[in-house]
Amino acid sequence: MFPRPIQQASTGTQWLYTIALPIALVLWLFPLLGVALTSLRPASDLAQGNYFGMPSGIAWENYVYIFTETPIGQYMINSLWVTIPTVIGAVGLSLMTGFALAVYGFRGNVLVFFMFVAGNFVPFQILMIPVRDFTDQLGMYDTWYGLALFHIAFQTGFCTLFMRNFIKALPYELIEAARVEGVAEWRIFWYIVLPLMRPAIAALSVLVFTFIWNDFFWATVLTQGVDSQPITAGLSSLNGQWIAQWHLVSAGSILAALPPVAMFFLMQKHFIAGLTLGAVK
Amino acid sequence: MAQASDIAAAVPVRRAASRWNQRTLAPWLFLAPGLFMFTLYVLWPIVQSVTLSFYDWNGLYGPNGEFKGTFVGAANYRELMTDPAFETSLWNNLKWLVLYMLALPIGLFIAIFLNQTVRGIRLYKSLFFFPFVISQVVVGLMFAWFYAPNFGLFYLLTEWITGKGIAILADPDLVTYGIIAAGLWPQIAYVMILYLTGLNNVAPDQIEAARLDGAKGWRMLWYVVLPQLRPATFIAVIVTVIGALRSFDLVSIMTNGGPFGSSRVLSYYMYEKALGEYGFRMGYGAAIAVVLFAIMMIFISGFIWKMWRDEKER
Amino acid sequence: MVHTLAGAVALGAALMLSTSAMAQQRVVTYNGDYDPIPLAAMEALIADFEAANPEIDIQFTNFDHEAYKNAIRNFLTADPPDLANWYAANRMRPFVEAGLFADISDVWAANGLNDALASSLPSMTIDGKQWGIPYTYYQWGIYYNRDAYAAAGVEVPGPEGVDWATFLANCEKFKAASIDCVTTGSSALWPVAGIFDYLSLRTNGYQFHSDLAAGKVSWTSPEARAVFAEFAKLQPYVTENHAAIDWQDAAAIFVQGKAANYVMGNFAVGVFKEGGMTNDNLGFMVFPEITAGLARAEEAPTDTIHLTSGAKNPEDAKTFLAYMASAEAQSKWNAAVGQLPTNKGATVDAADPFLSAGFAALSTATGGIAQFWDRDADAEYAKAGMEGFQRFLVQPEALEEILSQLEATRLRLFPQ
Repeated sequence: MFPRPIQQASTGTQWLYTIALPIALVLWLFPLLGVALTSLRPASDLAQGNYFGMPSGIAWENYVYIFTETPIGQYMINSLWVTIPTVIGAVGLSLMTGFALAVYGFRGNVLVFFMFVAGNFVPFQILMIPVRDFTDQLGMYDTWYGLALFHIAFQTGFCTLFMRNFIKALPYELIEAARVEGVAEWRIFWYIVLPLMRPAIAALSVLVFTFIWNDFFWATVLTQGVDSQPITAGLSSLNGQWIAQWHLVSAGSILAALPPVAMFFLMQKHFIAGLTLGAVK
Repeated sequence: MAQASDIAAAVPVRRAASRWNQRTLAPWLFLAPGLFMFTLYVLWPIVQSVTLSFYDWNGLYGPNGEFKGTFVGAANYRELMTDPAFETSLWNNLKWLVLYMLALPIGLFIAIFLNQTVRGIRLYKSLFFFPFVISQVVVGLMFAWFYAPNFGLFYLLTEWITGKGIAILADPDLVTYGIIAAGLWPQIAYVMILYLTGLNNVAPDQIEAARLDGAKGWRMLWYVVLPQLRPATFIAVIVTVIGALRSFDLVSIMTNGGPFGSSRVLSYYMYEKALGEYGFRMGYGAAIAVVLFAIMMIFISGFIWKMWRDEKER
Repeated sequence: MVHTLAGAVALGAALMLSTSAMAQQRVVTYNGDYDPIPLAAMEALIADFEAANPEIDIQFTNFDHEAYKNAIRNFLTADPPDLANWYAANRMRPFVEAGLFADISDVWAANGLNDALASSLPSMTIDGKQWGIPYTYYQWGIYYNRDAYAAAGVEVPGPEGVDWATFLANCEKFKAASIDCVTTGSSALWPVAGIFDYLSLRTNGYQFHSDLAAGKVSWTSPEARAVFAEFAKLQPYVTENHAAIDWQDAAAIFVQGKAANYVMGNFAVGVFKEGGMTNDNLGFMVFPEITAGLARAEEAPTDTIHLTSGAKNPEDAKTFLAYMASAEAQSKWNAAVGQLPTNKGATVDAADPFLSAGFAALSTATGGIAQFWDRDADAEYAKAGMEGFQRFLVQPEALEEILSQLEATRLRLFPQ
């Protein structure tokens, strides 16, 4: 193990480590803690210039305010409307593409695979104008499904990479045996491979959920109003109205951050497995 | 009865043939929906953007839906060569790329710091990873608050130390570094988790053997541990490069490219030219996107080349 | 009939029922981008109009103000309403040139608008034709905090303002009292354009400024340099770090008395008053005279309504446009919103000191009315200019580089 386990070090060093851990954490999360505290600070504190001192009280009303006086609730719902179909769509499509690329040795296999991988790294800007124009012409500009369709297509690249590598790692003998039995290809996919894919599906779902929830660029490009804007773009436009009202900006920020954070805590193992792309197992 | 036996004999043959057909056709059927979407939304738009970069178009169609752009050849690219804003963006992109690489040593350092088995360490690891899970919009707002002139903590801190507060987002020379620092925060967290996973898989026997040989500290890290962390380092470099070139969110949230364009990067400048309030130069925006794409292609090719080598080794 | 986008479908269904009841009613669709107060004012006007013209039904759809800038580009081609809100001068040019706005010179001619809306005629004319109806504008000028003046012991100016030398001398006194003489928040760029526009209008007059915005004169000309020379005198007295804050942040500084003057548009009065200022400590004056004897020009951005080329019911839409040009409609809408009517026969609320001062300032502005830098100048040119102005305010020593870059942009956009 590297570094040497702390238990083998002197008592002094062990003490030092125990103290250093929480201090390092507080320093590391300082911006987050600051914003979390500010989100509960009464507006009057900020008006009096009390930005970092003891708050004069805990102001849950900041959260009540943003829910009742701003469309932040609607933005969160919009985000779900974009995120959930994207997770289902991208995972569904990539299960099939990943299966095709992992199991069949057809001509052009590697080419198609690398195309998905490369597409995944393309800068968004090269897609922006045509995708926006195309979405607009289909009458899907400023709708949750217009945004979700793009996300499904784009995320398929990353998900295919992941699924294909995952299926490759499954014992190929299972598929061979089924073929000898005369099982149809789609049944192999459905009854043999799919049940083994649960961990991959879970990992990708949490990951795609977080990516899409946090997406700001496409939300800005493909939506514009309260009726369809996800929370990231919504928070940005609220920020324009909440100038100098940092208690509201903070409360909105914390809210926007909550769902992916919750997702991460619930599904931590899958999340990290997904992030490391299966490359470092 | 002869007929019956004929049929019986023929069946396996036909079955085998159909299975062969099935196995040629099946992959394409499985690929079709994904490939269709991907072509429509990713591959084809790249072609369209490249084409559009040779046009001058304000994004408007005529009353009957006719395309109103005019072909201008390489004029957009020629203009880019003399555009000071483009030059600023390129330089800033370079700063992003170079400084983002700091995420690797820092991420590795934190990973080593946290790679212990004491009580509650799992929670510590999760909390250290936190910044990566949060949207860049939120990260941008947090740092904007941190840097705010007159009351931001950073401002007060510099005021306390030097006697004069530094409003980092108002300073054309510092603003990009301020934004990069904000971007590094989640990036370091990502790299850290990659290295933590990597450290978990470092072969203990090799470490022990090296220890017996008297290796420790830096030498151990450099000669024994790092080589084993190669796959993690590779992924970390890739995601860091992509993160650096995709720096749109933070620039947009924190400064809108300002003051007077000092913090522009290509990804933001492209958006500004194409869809910004004073923009709507679609062709020019497309040309910027093509340049950004070309830069990214260098890294993508490297990545694909490495993957291809790995594939062959299998 | 007014509804918001969210309820459009439900209300659309309800409408079908009501139109079958009144089968003769002809529909005019109208898209706009109002905040709540102007929206209510427009609803009231539409109700008046429908009462007077029972055979016409105005269906108004409201958009979010920021979203509208994007939305209009889509709906003008995809699904044009009969009428749409927009802005005068160069802001409407792309839509006029793409053939998306319709020529309504006949409405102007038939209703004597060339006279009644004379001050706005130049900004509504492209190629000798009129392309929309201006129905409101608001003045720019210097708002000042009387308390800050008192704290620094500076004599409070009247609405006619002070001369430039006095203003700068006052700035020196404010500086001694640690008060920002002039504040602004330029993170969105446009607030600095207000300062520059006034310096330019006061140094060289309306025509030169107009030519500058149109790209007709050089940034390295002695006249343009003279503007920056005056700008340099003001530069040390402007709030530091303005580049990182928004105009509302600067408004807070102004309200708290940490700054004495604010070059702003009249829409900011609401924000100042929300911050706690009253008619007692908030003052307004016109921007100081710089070159003596120049006819005084002012800035007053104009909001407009346009007939689209794809309009399905242009005849009734024009009836509504004529109504919106009338003194009666403009008096009512602007009284509700706190802005100024463009029709010279209209009236303003005499009890509002800022409106009265603005009306007086604009109606005596013999030099001319500018629209504001980003409406007078072509979009790309406007942005380049504003970045130059902001940069000068941060790095006055970079003047030569700023001017040569602006000149390069001008030569590229307006080949000589």
